[in-house]
Amino acid sequence: MRNAITSRRGIVTLAVFAVIASMPVLGPALGQPFYVDVFTRVMIWGIAAVSLNLILGYGGMISFGHAAYLGLAGYTIGIMSDAGIDNGFLQWPVALAVCGLAALVIGAICLRTRGLYFIMITLAFGQMIFFLGVSSDRYGSNDGLPIYSRSEFKLGGAELDLGNGTLFYYVTFVLLLASIYAVYRIVNSRFGMVIRGSKSNEARMNAIGVSTYRYKLTAFVIAGVMCGVAGVLMANFERFVSPDTMDWPQSGEMIFMVVLGGIGSLFGPVLGAAVFLLLSEFLSNIMESKNIIFGPFLILVVLFARGGVNGLLGSRAERRG
Amino acid sequence: MACWGHGRNVVAEPLLSVKGLSKQFGGVVAADDLNLDVLPGEIHAVIGPNGAGKTTMLNLLSGQLKPDRGTIRFAGGDIARLSPAGRSHLGLARSFQITSIFRDFSVLDNVALAIQAHDGHGFRFWRPARGEERLRGPAARVLEQVGLGARSDMLAGNLAHGEQRQLEIAVALATRPRLLLLDEPMAGMGRDASDRMIEFLRSLKGEYAMLLVEHDMDAVFALADRITVLVYGRAIASGTPEEIRADRDVRDAYLGDDEAA
Amino acid sequence: MTFALVVEQTLNGVQLGILLFLLAAGLTLVFGIMDFVNLAHGSFYMVGAFFAATFAQWTGNFVAGVALALPATLAVGIVVELVAVRTLYARDHLDHVLATFGLVLFFNELVRLVWGPEGRSIRLPVVLDGSVDLPLGITYSIYRLVIIGAGLMVALGLYILVNRTRIGMLIRAGASNRTMVGALGINIKFLFTIIFGLGAALAGFAGMLVTPVTQAEIGMGEQILIVALVVIVIGGIGSIRGAFIAAIITGLIDTMGRSFLDVLLLTVMSSNAAEAAGPALSSMMIYILMAAVLFFRPQGLFPPRGV
Ligand SMILES: Nc1ncnc2c1ncn2[C@@H]1O[C@H](COP(=O)(O)OP(=O)(O)O)[C@@H](O)[C@H]1O
Ligand SMILES: [Mg+2]
Repeated sequence: MRNAITSRRGIVTLAVFAVIASMPVLGPALGQPFYVDVFTRVMIWGIAAVSLNLILGYGGMISFGHAAYLGLAGYTIGIMSDAGIDNGFLQWPVALAVCGLAALVIGAICLRTRGLYFIMITLAFGQMIFFLGVSSDRYGSNDGLPIYSRSEFKLGGAELDLGNGTLFYYVTFVLLLASIYAVYRIVNSRFGMVIRGSKSNEARMNAIGVSTYRYKLTAFVIAGVMCGVAGVLMANFERFVSPDTMDWPQSGEMIFMVVLGGIGSLFGPVLGAAVFLLLSEFLSNIMESKNIIFGPFLILVVLFARGGVNGLLGSRAERRG
Repeated sequence: MACWGHGRNVVAEPLLSVKGLSKQFGGVVAADDLNLDVLPGEIHAVIGPNGAGKTTMLNLLSGQLKPDRGTIRFAGGDIARLSPAGRSHLGLARSFQITSIFRDFSVLDNVALAIQAHDGHGFRFWRPARGEERLRGPAARVLEQVGLGARSDMLAGNLAHGEQRQLEIAVALATRPRLLLLDEPMAGMGRDASDRMIEFLRSLKGEYAMLLVEHDMDAVFALADRITVLVYGRAIASGTPEEIRADRDVRDAYLGDDEAA
Repeated sequence: MTFALVVEQTLNGVQLGILLFLLAAGLTLVFGIMDFVNLAHGSFYMVGAFFAATFAQWTGNFVAGVALALPATLAVGIVVELVAVRTLYARDHLDHVLATFGLVLFFNELVRLVWGPEGRSIRLPVVLDGSVDLPLGITYSIYRLVIIGAGLMVALGLYILVNRTRIGMLIRAGASNRTMVGALGINIKFLFTIIFGLGAALAGFAGMLVTPVTQAEIGMGEQILIVALVVIVIGGIGSIRGAFIAAIITGLIDTMGRSFLDVLLLTVMSSNAAEAAGPALSSMMIYILMAAVLFFRPQGLFPPRGV
């Protein structure tokens, strides 16, 4: 029984990744080439959701400002590109460093608080960064900042041309797999056990001799940097970044993807991102006001399917996460 | 140690020594000028009616609460301002009245995490912790010791209540403490299970000093070297089990009711 | 930076503070008593504004519009509590956040369906439209003074309700000890519904007040909701008094920052740098304030007892 269940979950996950992996071939073959774009977005949001899941699903930190890192990374790319620096070997590390630094400062303050305070403060910091974008006239304020050239990766004579859609697709795919693998290693390491332990029972964690603050802050920074990877990819893909990228509904949607896929499960966030974006794509094709369905759908998921897709693929007992 | 001629009546330096410990919650005085000590290897029991302030006292000792006044000397230094984690590293471990374990961890992982906490090196990000013999080995031995060896792979939350209480102690023991603070370890256990727990604690006697908060009078009189009686945050009596049994005030304030019930 | 301008901006700051308080009061009560995170609180602000606009148009009178919009918003709040929120109290904060986020999406779309994508504005009655001369040669908008007055009266009313009445006694007891209220044999479900509805009506009232100045717009509740969250975090979750003080402080700092920060920056940096930094800094000031408060007092300025 248990094996069958594990394999059901395994088969679906494998199937989804097989579909993702073959989309650059499958999409055009089905006469739906724009699916390649849709799935690129699925993967980028997948990376973001995987990063959020590290702190939310494994660490119990309900960060409502995670979209900030998408924007920070995107703006870093955009601003550097605007200043004539297109070298990806420079752009990407700087963007990730900006995200890491921001996460360090935000986390250092937010993690002093608990529960409701933590949720609201991360939300507020997210908005603060949003307003930073809005008030930057030099970089387009509300209208956003176009990015005219993609990051260039040239080494000797060789070049990785991100302008090539298929290549970009597979770069994103590899980074998605890499981030899932990184989370897998991290949550099973000594560090990961501490993070999960402090979600499970913080008082006990303290009583056995661990001050959790530094561990949580480290996880918060790792998640920020990892989300920065998604932000870098997004900026390169959309060739555009705007304050909307990091407005609070984006953070809310990211949380929803994690919960929809199955909080604290390794592949869940990617499944969640896929279901979310495909459903949203489908709804906006058939109606003008998709949120009249989407809003209640969200509430129903919360009320009746807390284990998310991952839980629905599991046994009855697991469904109530 | 080196006191020739006194035989067994060595007056050892106390491991824990509490002076003038006080704590108020609004108008409620939960700890009122408490003085108490625990000698190395000794079991010092604290009894008292519900709401007497026993848990508060343990919270003050383990660092979950900060005292309004008073000093807590442990292993030679004042620890009253130290964090719970800091106290754990000096050799204080506690069990909670309401079972406090990692419910969604396996039984073995619960203990292994406590071993890890005292092994240092928490900032290792890549190697699977579950593959480390250095953590698994000692954890498995502690589980054998408390009699949960056969339950290693079960989810802690799925253990029976009595077994969860055992695990609670195992987690505390895994930190290799010098002093165990035990908050009603027999709470909610049936007769058999508590008898086994009494036996187990007796087997630890001498190896660890214990401050034992307990309702179960059989357990207290079976285990304790000394007993302190707490009422409304005040220690109204302190002495050997015989002295406490004989004390009229204690009978009036506490034991009488308990025996009648 | 003339004296008159400073006074005017101070009054504007107080007025913003009052609006923030109307939103924060309901939020903080619901947080404090039900331990419930309601991101959809801003939706009541929006719904109240649209109701007022419509009713004012029907009746041809702004005050009558507000008088009708208040019970309507109260009703919306009660329905939301009965249908969706009630089942969520027992869940954790993550569920609250997600489900009420769903409500936000739903309400924005619902308003779009009912009222269309365009905003609605309200014409003020002639008596309210205009300015008065204050002492020291200052003129100020009558209507903004009315907002301040109305808000202060609501604050006073809330103070009396919470501190002088039986329901207020229950509210205070509930904020510090939930099980006790249950033990008193009070119908706690009913109490929760009332409080939630009251909070919704207060938020709606803020929306109604602001509509003649700006207009009723889809999504108008979201930005101000987040500022209201900042307010209750600064004030201490569950504390009405904290919410009031923090709301005024936040309103003042935000308004003053936006009007005077670049002028102040000019005294310490070049005009180019000041022009660039001014707007960025001023829009971040309340968040910096929040971070500073939390750094020193993680429970806010006035944590309610027992939390
Ligand atoms: N965190 C707290 N806040 C307020 N009052 C408390 C708190 N903890 C304990 N008390 C009060 O202190 C008194 C002692 O409680 P406690 O230490 O739990 O007693 P015991 O463990 O002896 O039953 C009780 O009146 C209790 O209500
Ligand atoms: Mg107790």
